[in-house]
Amino acid sequence: MPPPPSLAAALSPAASPEVLAGRGLTKVYRMGEVDVHALRGVDVELREGEMVVLLGPSGSGKSTLLNILGGLDTPTEGTLRHRGAPLHDAGPGELTRYRREHVGFVFQFYNLLPGLTALENVALVTDIAADPFEPEDALALVGLADRLHHFPAQLSGGEQQRVAIARAVAKNPEVLLCDEPTGALDYATGVQVLEVIERVNRELGTTTAVITHNAAVASLADRVLTLADGRLAREDRNATRAAPRDIRW
Amino acid sequence: MPGPALRSKLLRDLVRLRGQALTIALVVACGVSSFVALRSAYASLVASAATYYERQRFADVFARLERAPAAVAERLARVPGVAQVEVRVVEAITVPLAGLAQPAVGTLVSLPDTGTAALNVVHVARGRAPDPERPEEILVLDAFAEAHGLSPGDSLPIVIDGRRRELVIAGTALSPEHVFTVPPGAMSHDPKQIVVAWAPRRAVAAAVRMEGAFNDAAFRLQPGASEPAALTEIDRVLAPYGTMGAVPRARQSSHAVVAGELEQLRSMATFVPFLFAFVAAFLLHVVLSRLVLLQRGQIATLKAVGYEDRAIGWHYAQLVGAIVAVGIALGLGAGAWLGEAMVEMYTGRYFRFPSPSYRLDLGTLGIGVGISLAAAALGAGGAVRQVVRLPPAEAMQPPAPARPRRSVLERLGFGRALGAGALRIAREIERRPVRTLLSTIGISFCVAIAVVAGFWSDATDFMLDVQFHGAMREDVTVTFTRPLPRGVLGELRGLPGVRRAEGLAQAPVRFRVAHRHRDGLLAAHEPSSELRRWLDARGAPLSLPPTGVVLGAKLAEVLGVRVGDVVTIEAKAGERRTAALTVSGLADEAFGLQGHVHPATLTGLIGGEGAVEAALLRVDSAALGEVLARLRAAPWTAAVARPGTVRQQFEEQSGGILRVYTLLLVGFAAVIAVGVVYNDARIALSQRSRDFASLRVLGFTRGEVARMLAAELTVQVVLALPLGLVLGSGLVDALISTVDAETYRLPALISVRTYAFAASITLVAAVASFLLVRRRLDALDLIGVLKTRE
Ligand SMILES: Nc1ncnc2c1ncn2[C@@H]1O[C@H](COP(=O)(O)OP(=O)(O)OP(=O)(O)O)[C@@H](O)[C@H]1O
Ligand SMILES: [Mg+2]
Repeated sequence: MPPPPSLAAALSPAASPEVLAGRGLTKVYRMGEVDVHALRGVDVELREGEMVVLLGPSGSGKSTLLNILGGLDTPTEGTLRHRGAPLHDAGPGELTRYRREHVGFVFQFYNLLPGLTALENVALVTDIAADPFEPEDALALVGLADRLHHFPAQLSGGEQQRVAIARAVAKNPEVLLCDEPTGALDYATGVQVLEVIERVNRELGTTTAVITHNAAVASLADRVLTLADGRLAREDRNATRAAPRDIRW
Repeated sequence: MPGPALRSKLLRDLVRLRGQALTIALVVACGVSSFVALRSAYASLVASAATYYERQRFADVFARLERAPAAVAERLARVPGVAQVEVRVVEAITVPLAGLAQPAVGTLVSLPDTGTAALNVVHVARGRAPDPERPEEILVLDAFAEAHGLSPGDSLPIVIDGRRRELVIAGTALSPEHVFTVPPGAMSHDPKQIVVAWAPRRAVAAAVRMEGAFNDAAFRLQPGASEPAALTEIDRVLAPYGTMGAVPRARQSSHAVVAGELEQLRSMATFVPFLFAFVAAFLLHVVLSRLVLLQRGQIATLKAVGYEDRAIGWHYAQLVGAIVAVGIALGLGAGAWLGEAMVEMYTGRYFRFPSPSYRLDLGTLGIGVGISLAAAALGAGGAVRQVVRLPPAEAMQPPAPARPRRSVLERLGFGRALGAGALRIAREIERRPVRTLLSTIGISFCVAIAVVAGFWSDATDFMLDVQFHGAMREDVTVTFTRPLPRGVLGELRGLPGVRRAEGLAQAPVRFRVAHRHRDGLLAAHEPSSELRRWLDARGAPLSLPPTGVVLGAKLAEVLGVRVGDVVTIEAKAGERRTAALTVSGLADEAFGLQGHVHPATLTGLIGGEGAVEAALLRVDSAALGEVLARLRAAPWTAAVARPGTVRQQFEEQSGGILRVYTLLLVGFAAVIAVGVVYNDARIALSQRSRDFASLRVLGFTRGEVARMLAAELTVQVVLALPLGLVLGSGLVDALISTVDAETYRLPALISVRTYAFAASITLVAAVASFLLVRRRLDALDLIGVLKTRE
């Protein structure tokens, strides 16, 4: 039995302020006659600077939860607050602004624009952000300072994913949300990508949530949330965070 | 045979592609309907004319003369090649009906006293033929009677040879000689203003003192006879009797107009459908190749589970077939309707046939269907072949990504100047240059068709301007019932309010240079005319030479002469003398073939004392009403016209048909623009929905993403505008070449207004299509798109 969230927060040694707080998050997909319950009342919060890993079997609702936290989707029921401001009843325009100003996304399939170079893919975001990094710096952060002018097709999968991370962090977001960022990568490349994410979290203090199917990755996190059948099944706290190169899978 | 599963995939694909399928079907429908309408209208009118001409025994050759004894008819009948001769008495008349600003003008034609004519038989529409025992009875042209609400039994005032008589309408008639009637020298075809009356020969001859003589002959040639030889021989026989030269049917005034109009219909029917076929083929090509690309995985799966290559190819062919079939069905229906409406419009307002009939033959339908199927095969063949050939294993892989490159602009060093947005567009366009090019060409067709639509009114405006502002500068034109001594001009100048009066005389002549010749009019004006003006090609006014001749530019071109060359002029009236005149200038004129000379030159050719046939007046506007009233009351007045009124009438009459054409062409242009832009945007959306979704996830707003798509389309539209304008002027040139330049000349001139009109039609259609697509862009499923691998 996991402790209630409020208790967990109180027990936490460095109870930093909440960036995002969801209460009773529920998502129901109506598929004709049947209702698919992707989330069944999840309470979750992301705190400043922490690294959270989401685990759970396929179909347990991880992506749904992350999409709601990132303003790509809205909950059917429950509330979501960003620094106290409600997001659960926000309109599409408000959600777009929220994503634009506060959220960085990384997906399994990179989703780079094939017609743009690495630098331009990053610049795409810095052009519209309020307080961005230089695109070159963001790419240097992910170790691609020498690949600025290459197109996605000229980069490996891992490199493309690092460009995607650079693109996500270049706007200096409050939260970085990663949905299976290593899902399409081999072990060595996956480690490189995780190192980059970990470094962003550590050096920039960006609140980070990572979905993974790989339990070993959980050792990188401050906190590990496990979903099962649309519910929060357990919450674990790591006393120390492992370094990406030390984990094995 | 595909199973039910494949069939439901067909239905589902069609439903999903309904917007694109519909726009393509509409383009096909436009092509089919324009072909069917134009072609069937053409065929119906040709057939109506042919049956009518045959039944009424329309003559092959026509000759006017001054006066020949009846016995000459025998000699004409013996001319080699002539099968039949009909001689008549024809006299110019005017009909001063109350309520007409100027009297209707026309001719009185004799009917045989007994039996029916051998040639040019009239068709009695209402009432009956006049009784030879009652000299006051006449038949009148049905269109004229109808326009004035006249019925058999009504009386009609007719001025013959300067004397007014009250005659009685026995019946109304149509004639193959007057399917389309233009009064001499006029451009307007107001049926109220043009009269033809028929009366028994005895009565006509008595009225104009032509007993035992004739002044008009019509001939039917033997099949296979040489027309030029017959014409020459007829002219020779009639030479002593003041012939103005025999003319073949092709130059008969009514038939020439009918034939010219039909020729235009025919050439449009050949040319317009190909434009649509091209656009339809292009649209099918882009839509289907994209669909096949998107469905590679599905195709591979179908093949992997054992569907034959042919069955799957057939499946995609059916998809195309369904789209084209809808287009064909719509097009055939609309085409038949439109064709019938066109025939009705032509026969109701312009061409008078006793029983016009609309016929839609199977051949026309077949060709219409054939062109559409050919376009479909051309457009979709490649994609279907690709489906058949696709190896299942390879199809499981995503298609090899096109290698993006830096755009030409960047490589040229414009990268910085362009900015990120423009760069993205430049690269996107360079990534698929063929589609951009084809889309641009497609949109440019829209522009071009709209240019043609606008050109028609430009052309009429221009011709009317040349005629009424450039050339005819008088306030009033008075035509006399017969040539009057020049003294009449002094009389006219004496009228209060008349500031200037100039005489005008003209005679039919033959212009000859070596073996080339043309028949036309030679007009004599005041040496220092202020009321008529001739401009050369550069717009500079020409003055009338004391001895030479100013020729219409087209006539000079036909004869192959330039300024300074000599042209031989043979008068066909009066004393019929011949003179060799030096061409002193070439006048740009919109209508007809004519020359202009000093009055003395004309007198030298036809003799006499330089009588005038008409006067041009400049009148103080305050006195205009008074002057008009006096002129109309004068016994020698045949007609009083005001150029402004004539222009207005012309615009009213031809405005209708012009508007219908313009509207149709604009509709066609819009269908093409929507077809191209909508499909292009849909394909861009499907190709790049992943990009657009990524951008939205990154925080770009709907508006920002929509602007990116819009920018790419804008580039195509912007490229298409100049291309379309060039293409449009090409089409206009092609159209002009179908008009007989010797009758009237359409200026190859397109106004800025027309260009602007064409551009705005295109823009409106493009924006509307984009807005349709934008709804889909707004509804893009962000999560769904990103979950899938590219
Ligand atoms: N658009 C949708 N329409 C209907 N059902 C959906 C939709 N998206 C997700 N679901 C359902 O919601 C449930 C949770 O889906 P979700 O994608 O969140 O799972 P997940 O934990 O991310 O799984 P995986 O590890 O396989 O990615 C699943 O049962 C899924 O079928
Ligand atoms: Mg998932």
